[in-house]
Amino acid sequence: METIEILQNAWFFIIGFLFIGYAVLDGFDLGIAVLMPALAKKNSERQQVMDAIWPFWDGNEVWLITAGASLFAAFPHTYATVFSGFYLALMLVLFALIFRAVSMEFWYYDEKRKHIWSWAFVVGSLVPSILYGVALGNLLVGIPIDASMNYGGTFFTLLRPYPLVIGILGLAAILLQGATYAAHKTDGVVQERAQKLVHRILALYAIALVLSFIVTVIYLPQTLSLFPVWIAAIVTVGALSGVYMWSKNGFDRKAFMSSSLSFIGLWGIVGTTLYPNLARSTVNEAFNLTIYNSSSTQITLTAMSIIALIGMPIVILYSFYVYRIFKGKVSIKQ
Amino acid sequence: MDAVLLSRIQFGLAAGFHFIFPPLTLGLTLIIVIFESMFYKTNEELYKSISSFFIKILALIFALGVATGIVLEFSFGTNWAEYSRMVGDIFGAPLAAEGIFAFFLESVFLGVLLFGRKKVSRGFYLFAVIMVFLGGHLSALWILIANSWMQTPAGFVMEGGRAVMSDFFAAIFNPSTFVRFFHVVVAAWITGTLFTAGISAWYLLKDRHVAQSKKVIKVSMAIFISMAILQFVSGHIHSVQVTQLQPEKMAAFEALWETTEGAPMSVIGIPIADEQKTYYEIKIPKFLSLLAYFDPNAEVKGLNAFPRDEWPPVMLPYFSYHIMIGLGTLFALMAIISGVLMARRKLESTRWFLWALVLAIPLPHLANEFGWIAAEVGRQPWAVYRVLKTSAAASIVVPAGQILFTLIMFFAIFTLLLVLFIFILLKLIEKGPQTGDEAGY
Ligand code: HDD
Ligand code: HEM
Ligand code: HEM
Repeated sequence: METIEILQNAWFFIIGFLFIGYAVLDGFDLGIAVLMPALAKKNSERQQVMDAIWPFWDGNEVWLITAGASLFAAFPHTYATVFSGFYLALMLVLFALIFRAVSMEFWYYDEKRKHIWSWAFVVGSLVPSILYGVALGNLLVGIPIDASMNYGGTFFTLLRPYPLVIGILGLAAILLQGATYAAHKTDGVVQERAQKLVHRILALYAIALVLSFIVTVIYLPQTLSLFPVWIAAIVTVGALSGVYMWSKNGFDRKAFMSSSLSFIGLWGIVGTTLYPNLARSTVNEAFNLTIYNSSSTQITLTAMSIIALIGMPIVILYSFYVYRIFKGKVSIKQ
Repeated sequence: MDAVLLSRIQFGLAAGFHFIFPPLTLGLTLIIVIFESMFYKTNEELYKSISSFFIKILALIFALGVATGIVLEFSFGTNWAEYSRMVGDIFGAPLAAEGIFAFFLESVFLGVLLFGRKKVSRGFYLFAVIMVFLGGHLSALWILIANSWMQTPAGFVMEGGRAVMSDFFAAIFNPSTFVRFFHVVVAAWITGTLFTAGISAWYLLKDRHVAQSKKVIKVSMAIFISMAILQFVSGHIHSVQVTQLQPEKMAAFEALWETTEGAPMSVIGIPIADEQKTYYEIKIPKFLSLLAYFDPNAEVKGLNAFPRDEWPPVMLPYFSYHIMIGLGTLFALMAIISGVLMARRKLESTRWFLWALVLAIPLPHLANEFGWIAAEVGRQPWAVYRVLKTSAAASIVVPAGQILFTLIMFFAIFTLLLVLFIFILLKLIEKGPQTGDEAGY
């Protein structure tokens, strides 16, 4: 392999790593927010749910910002095609993220409109939780990309069966992150409700997995012959059994860890299915956006690698440290 | 309406709205670092109550900064896809670096600030405060590197219509990076210190939280005085840089139509580009030449030295630039007055000046917004100066109707957020600094 190819492959993994970081971390705070109506009935309980994520949610969201910016820097054509092609869908995500970002602060201070802000928090988290999976599903199954690397579909092109099923799978994974996190991080009634929810969400997750398998057989049969996809699938299913076992026996922390592992497994399936593409073209295989034809130049990728190699270990170190500061359960405030 | 124009309006709106918050974040974290250090040294409750009060306000400002910042980050791909293709090789790197080196630092340690007071030692808490300060300023540095590269591109070669990086350091340390960073950080500290001084002035007028307010107003004004004067220096350097590197922009700022030896500085007037005339103009002879080249007879390029279709708009940059400088002059004046009052130990009892401080809170925001409008509109018709036209930078595939829809949505959402922001900010100020166990939520 030439140097540039090594770098292009490295950035495929780094960006994958950043998206996994985002999914695992923001997954729990998105998930717990979507589950808020089921977890909390009183304002004191809502406060407890928010307290469980308040110190972390913004740091978690930075994983998305960094993943997006890294995609921009390393694979500008993919970034340009996908972001402009998915215009309306991404704008919906943006509107939702805006409300989500301000809703906790507003909820806390705006006494008269508390219920509005608690709904803004829920809906603002639900919309991205579904659309992320739909977007990924589209990249997997392919979108109409033409010879000039531009998207030729409409908003409704995005809503085909395959992506919609992946949307449900993504939502299930995020909800499981949220529920297992709530069980691990809270106490009292909220914890009890969370523990019950874990099992119902597992059922949803299992159904979504079966559906995903069916649509894959129909739309992407070639995937099934890829050996690494099966390994990732086994990791996912194994991790889900772990969630089931541990949550049944009250090992909430382990259940949460196992749910995170299932998310990593899902990303493993996505990555192995896609590679070396970043977005498939339904017009012509030759128009696929790959890590080779959509990347930056060697100088940029080298500079970026140095930045990431210096920066990310430090980020992980202090993030880990700060998470430890806030370890332990969050209770209802008197 | 055409898609490019709509995207420009949308980006301008989003950036302009975003930029209400970052300068406050930067200035406020400076004040918090100072009072938290004093608390660390003296262990006096008073300093802790000040620091905690501003941390609560910071949390609110920060949430709005985050909510609006993501919009900008996405915009390059959604609305400026061709831009991203043409210059992504260079422009993406500073954005990614900003995430890795700055946003993580800022937001992870902000969590400690908001909820960690009782969980960590005083020393670690101070460390976290400093990390948030550092993260904010690093983020400003990286984003301004990206912006400066659009203004004065360097370190690249053109390959098949794409700008490709040839020298990383030349690109990030392009000729306007440091000038712009200097100017924007000083502007942010002016914004932040007038904000904290204005709040304290209000408390002093109402005879509330007097002990805290006296401390805050002193520290804030000391910084404000030096920054307001320093801004003239940095503004001057910035103007020199623009004259040399983007001469048609300076010609638009000053409505200088013809290339002139001994060019005058325009103080006020109404420039009409189509007639190439400035109505009701008052000018200081030879002053522009003097400022830009330190020589009253030096030649300064006029707009006519450039092809008509590469002129920036004239009226908007002209007024924006002049309003910014007008406000800068006002700040310098306020700095002098408050310096005199402080020397006579009358700052806290001069009621008319305290009122002036309260009313001045929004003014640095105006200067910031107009500064950006001058810089960005003055760069037109280029998205990347003399490399890529704005008209060629927009996404091809996004229909104008969709952009119009999102533009209306953004307008509605931003208006709503601004109203609520002010409402909650006033509530927090009404409550004021608390002593005892009230820190955090
Ligand atoms: C001079 C400073 C400055 C300027 C010109 C900009 N920003 Fe900004 N930005 C900040 C200074 C800042 C900050 C001080 O670091 C913020 C403000 C509040 C905050 O949370 O961090 C921030 C927040 C912020 C966030 C949220 C980060 C988080 O979640 O923690 C994003 C994604 C951006 N910005 C992106 C942008 C983009 C794409 C810009 C230009 C096109 C931009 N900013 C202009
Ligand atoms: C006192 C006299 C001032 C002068 C001579 C001056 C000069 C300039 C110039 C020449 C630019 C344009 C740079 C470009 O086009 O690339 C600029 C931009 C700007 N100014 Fe000022 N300025 C002054 C005061 C202020 C004040 C008081 C503030 C805010 C408190 C401010 C905030 C800004 C901002 C935010 C920008 C846009 C960012 C940039 O390009 O640096 N300026 N200023
Ligand atoms: C936060 C402060 C900023 C404000 C208030 C601001 C303001 C504006 C305005 C008013 C426009 C519209 C100009 C026109 O089309 O006539 C614009 C365009 C633009 N600005 Fe800025 N800007 C800011 C910061 C930045 C930064 C930091 C960057 C880059 C990192 C940037 C990149 C752009 C781009 C890509 C466009 C659209 C293309 C163009 O019109 O050239 N801006 N901005």
